[in-house]
Amino acid sequence: MSTLTYILGWPLLAGILVVFIPQNYRFAIRLIALAATGVSMLLALKLFAQFQTGVAGYQFVQKAAWVEALGISYHVGVDGLNIGLIVMGAIVAFAAACVSWEITERQKEFYVLLLVMTGGILGAFASLDLFFFFFFHELALIPTFIMIGVWGKGEEKNYATFQITLYLTVGALIALVGLIALYLQAGANTFDIAELTQRLTANPLSVNHQYFIFPLLLFGFGILVSLWPFHSWAPLGYGVAPTATAMLHAGVLKKFGLYGLIRVALPLLPEGAQGWLHVIAYLCLGNILYCGLVAMRQKDLNLLIGNSSVAHMGFIFLGLVSLNLIGLTGAVVVMVAHGLLAALTFGLSGYLRQQMNTLDMEQMSGLLRRFPFAGAALIMAMMAGCGLPGFANFVGEVMVFFAAWNDFPLVTILAVWGAAIIGGVYMFRAIRKVLHGPFPEWVGAHAVDASGFWRRLPFALLLAVLLLLGFVPRLLTDKIKPSAENIVRLATRTGGSQLEAVKTVQDR
Amino acid sequence: MNATLTILEAAVVMLGLVILLLDLWMPAAQRRNLGYAAAAVVGIIFAGSFLIDASQAQYAFGQMYVMDSLALFFKRFFLLAAMAVLVMSVEFADRIPTGISEYYALILFALSGMMFAASANDFILVFVALELITITFYILTSFQRSRLPSLEAGVKYLILGALSSAFMVYGIALVFGAAKTTNFNELAGAIRTIVGQPVYLLGLLLVLVGLGFKIAAFPFQIWAPDVYQGSPAPTTAFLAVGSKAAGIVLLLRVLFSAVPEVTANWTKLLMIVSGVTILYGNLCAIPQRNLKRLLGYSSIAHAGYMLLGVTAMSIAGSSAILYYLGGYLFTVLAAFTVICVVMREVEGDDISGVAGLYQRSPLLAVAMTLAMVSLAGIPPLAGFFGKFLLLKAVIEKGAVQPMYYWLIGAALVGVVISFYYYLGVVRAIFWSKAAESQTVIPLSRPVRFSLYACIAGMLYLGIFPNTLVNAAIQASKALRL
Repeated sequence: MSTLTYILGWPLLAGILVVFIPQNYRFAIRLIALAATGVSMLLALKLFAQFQTGVAGYQFVQKAAWVEALGISYHVGVDGLNIGLIVMGAIVAFAAACVSWEITERQKEFYVLLLVMTGGILGAFASLDLFFFFFFHELALIPTFIMIGVWGKGEEKNYATFQITLYLTVGALIALVGLIALYLQAGANTFDIAELTQRLTANPLSVNHQYFIFPLLLFGFGILVSLWPFHSWAPLGYGVAPTATAMLHAGVLKKFGLYGLIRVALPLLPEGAQGWLHVIAYLCLGNILYCGLVAMRQKDLNLLIGNSSVAHMGFIFLGLVSLNLIGLTGAVVVMVAHGLLAALTFGLSGYLRQQMNTLDMEQMSGLLRRFPFAGAALIMAMMAGCGLPGFANFVGEVMVFFAAWNDFPLVTILAVWGAAIIGGVYMFRAIRKVLHGPFPEWVGAHAVDASGFWRRLPFALLLAVLLLLGFVPRLLTDKIKPSAENIVRLATRTGGSQLEAVKTVQDR
Repeated sequence: MNATLTILEAAVVMLGLVILLLDLWMPAAQRRNLGYAAAAVVGIIFAGSFLIDASQAQYAFGQMYVMDSLALFFKRFFLLAAMAVLVMSVEFADRIPTGISEYYALILFALSGMMFAASANDFILVFVALELITITFYILTSFQRSRLPSLEAGVKYLILGALSSAFMVYGIALVFGAAKTTNFNELAGAIRTIVGQPVYLLGLLLVLVGLGFKIAAFPFQIWAPDVYQGSPAPTTAFLAVGSKAAGIVLLLRVLFSAVPEVTANWTKLLMIVSGVTILYGNLCAIPQRNLKRLLGYSSIAHAGYMLLGVTAMSIAGSSAILYYLGGYLFTVLAAFTVICVVMREVEGDDISGVAGLYQRSPLLAVAMTLAMVSLAGIPPLAGFFGKFLLLKAVIEKGAVQPMYYWLIGAALVGVVISFYYYLGVVRAIFWSKAAESQTVIPLSRPVRFSLYACIAGMLYLGIFPNTLVNAAIQASKALRL
């Protein structure tokens, strides 16, 4: 069995195990959750270390037929595109399990859902079969809704749950229709991504079909990634979600849509993609500029982080539309970096809310005085968020800007403005408002900084990886390169003239 | 003549008669347990059905009765359903003051009607089988003689059922008048000349009205919520699973074995019926507070989903229906078993009756939750894979006829709406303030077993669908598709 099966299997197994543990054994339940996600994380790191850099094909593959009549098989494997995402997902999952001490009610149910969600997320990124790709995503999505609905905080909990459920279900179903249509049009009677890629490279779909299927995938996946103007579920949903859920969803699960676009939509529907690139380029400006401006006006720290997280999705879309090696590599790097960053910021804001009982920025100031560790981590996270060199986000975003310049100069200029100026403004204002100044008197002595190994571990871990990848981005980019080259080659194949253009780009 | 083919039906009828006779000699206190015996024997008959080889279609009674893979698939389905319903009825026995043995016997007679329906290859047998089902259900729905809602349900079902039977028999007469035969093989074979005749088409339309009533498809769904709400819970369960599946198998036989040419022209009609049924069922379910009524509307919606497979007019479509029914069987039976046990004290079957169920009985809570989640179509349960197959079958046709995309749109809207009310039930189970009675609910061993079986069925079919998918494809090959 492939290591990947263990990575996604341990959390799921642990989830089933927890079901059978009586409710009172809280410590045992928590221990199992930590152990399962921890083992998953260590296995993912081992996978990362053993991954053969510079090889384009899938590694650690395992394949077993599941429903032969329909060509569905359990097929997992990693290449440069998903190795980073799986490692990032496993790390975030462990961090999310660590911060879940804040849950005091119905812990058993919470941990079951958390573990199922973790297994689903890792499975979605590891799957090389369209059916399981979607299956695992749904498996992770439903716990998200339940966790927000039950353990969510704040007055708008019910509305936010309703909204996020509606949006994401619609998005997932539209994407499902697109995936099924793709499967049927390919006519190969297989859901296997590798086989479909081969088949569609040899006999591409007619342009009409591609133009029809691509928007289904684009908007279906787009809703899942909070592509403007389908983003309004995200800030509010993350605002009320329990910390672990927000970390896992904003950090990891949300990237599923982008991963789907890169893994499925671009290489299998090249002409459809090229026809729709301009639309995405302008929609992603909506994310970067509009959501950035909205973030500037927020009075609640969580809503600010939520909006900024939506804004960051714009950079990934921009890297995607540039459709060249640098752009796609950059997009994947931003996906990994933003996953760590979102988990870090939501983890910290959750911690602060737990201590302060509010996240209203009007009421908070001088948090660094009482929370030196959490406050400093928050400053670093916010710096990473506005693209400070040294953090992995900078690497990815710069690559994206370089790549997009050729085809979309105007969009790039506006996007850089959005990243450097708008992002800088709201992040620095938040830092000044919340972290500096006098500590408010109304806060009682119960609010204390994160101390002790287990409280600090999740934040330290996420920061460390963010910095490591910021200083040594080659760890990721070298792995991504061969796979991204492959995707670019497949996504830009159409007529002869364009093929030539690609060749020259690649030669360069 | 090959009357031995009907051995399964004969066994079921015999069992029913034996139970009626045993009732005469048994002390009243013991009669309740006849249900377990009946369920066990039905289980033996189910096991026996695997000895029958139906890979080749065999006929009996002058081609009126056919034994093929489709018939066998549905017979097994009905036998399984009846087993769970019988176990449920034992649980319900104390709420039926007199004559529990008759209740068991009637369930068995309805079961034999369903099994005949699965083998119908002639409009005459269609009618006889349907009447056998419907008339027993008139009694079963109003079996709680002292309860007004039960009587109301019985009367409503009687009036509307009789009306639809009248439509059906009128339609059959018209078809016979035009085609001079009622046999499906002959209808499909020699009569291409009459396909365009208005009398013939009108006759078929009226037959479809009768079948639409059985499966509660729009616009013949009006009875379903009231009858579901008023009937005893085991009756409702059997109505939701057995009677609906009987309607579906007859619909498949009539549309795809008897008159495939006509069906091909009626695609749009079927698409509209399917789409409207889905939307109607799901929208009306939103405000419901009565659990049985909610499931009544949900069963209308599910009839619409199954019709999706009919509109696809392909092996993929009909095998998707069969798979869907397989998942639906375990799901609905789990839900109604829970309702039957929990709603003992609660008058009105209000959703608040399941509030705090998790504290009272984790097994019931888990079974109900999984049932709701499966009905909503969430992985890894059977309902998800069934919906996936149905959608796939319809999308496959979208390339030919764009109207299918509107149908898909309606189905997706329906699925999204259904999340709201199904998850509302789950919410009530786990997170709403519990009602006054916080006592632990006692569960008898057979009910426990039946619930475990339903849970295992939902999960197994969802996680390992291969077996049932292959069986469904095999069975659909019996149709002329």
